[in-house]
Amino acid sequence: MQTEWIYGLVGGGIIGLAGAVYLLINGRIMGASGIIGGLVDGSAKGDQASERVFFLLGLFLVPAIIAMVFGAPETHLTSNLWAIVAAGLLVGVGTRFANGCTSGHGVCGISRLSLRGIVATVFYIMAGGLSVIVFKHTLGWI
Amino acid sequence: MRRLFAFIAGSLFGTGLLISGMTDTSRVQGWLDVFGQWDPTLAFVMGGAIIPMAIAWRLTIGRNPALGGLFPPRPESKIGRNLVIGSTLFGMGWGLVGLCPGPSIASLSYGGIGGTVFLLAMFVGMWFAPILRDQLDNALPAN
Repeated sequence: MQTEWIYGLVGGGIIGLAGAVYLLINGRIMGASGIIGGLVDGSAKGDQASERVFFLLGLFLVPAIIAMVFGAPETHLTSNLWAIVAAGLLVGVGTRFANGCTSGHGVCGISRLSLRGIVATVFYIMAGGLSVIVFKHTLGWI
Repeated sequence: MRRLFAFIAGSLFGTGLLISGMTDTSRVQGWLDVFGQWDPTLAFVMGGAIIPMAIAWRLTIGRNPALGGLFPPRPESKIGRNLVIGSTLFGMGWGLVGLCPGPSIASLSYGGIGGTVFLLAMFVGMWFAPILRDQLDNALPAN
């Protein structure tokens, strides 16, 4: 569809605004894997942990409300549960090893011209592209 | 107040992810699929997000966060082994099903059983990562 890129640009702008609010007001970097990971492995404690919980609450609840009011968007997620489990493990381990994901390294890192953010983004995009070639075009799993 | 603004930031993040189509895994995989029906949307999302964020970084200069404390220091620019290994593993998983951490939470309410399974597996991976990292550092000390 010809108009999809406008939604992309507007949605992206809102994501950037979210990162700007979290940075300028709370003084924190909006990285989803760090926010979640610190809660999962228990490294975020006390007030820091509750701040993260409220961030995740907003991240979960508001799309849920939008989906309820306007109808749920399609996710087109594969029905192959093994692929989903493998992908979840890879994403969980990988983002904690790299200390960031698409939001932290991609959006927040690139926008401050962080070398680490740029290198991480190059590697996960290359690996993602290869993954699609292997699993979709070669093996036909997805 | 910190909780309120964290909630607002999370809400905006989720809204942006939903509107931009980033909770649709076929859109993410379509962007990574350079040999298939290439979908440019993700590039617009990234561009759209980086512009306000770059302005925000400029605004941090000579200021402190509105709710007190200090801005996060600039990380070392050292490119370590874990950054490269981690980003590669993350990318493989991202390409395999088209989900990354932010959208996995944003789409949890409408992502069905698969979305929940992904999130649980990601939690396990995140919990396990520090243990794996210690093992790797013991077996092959960096530098």
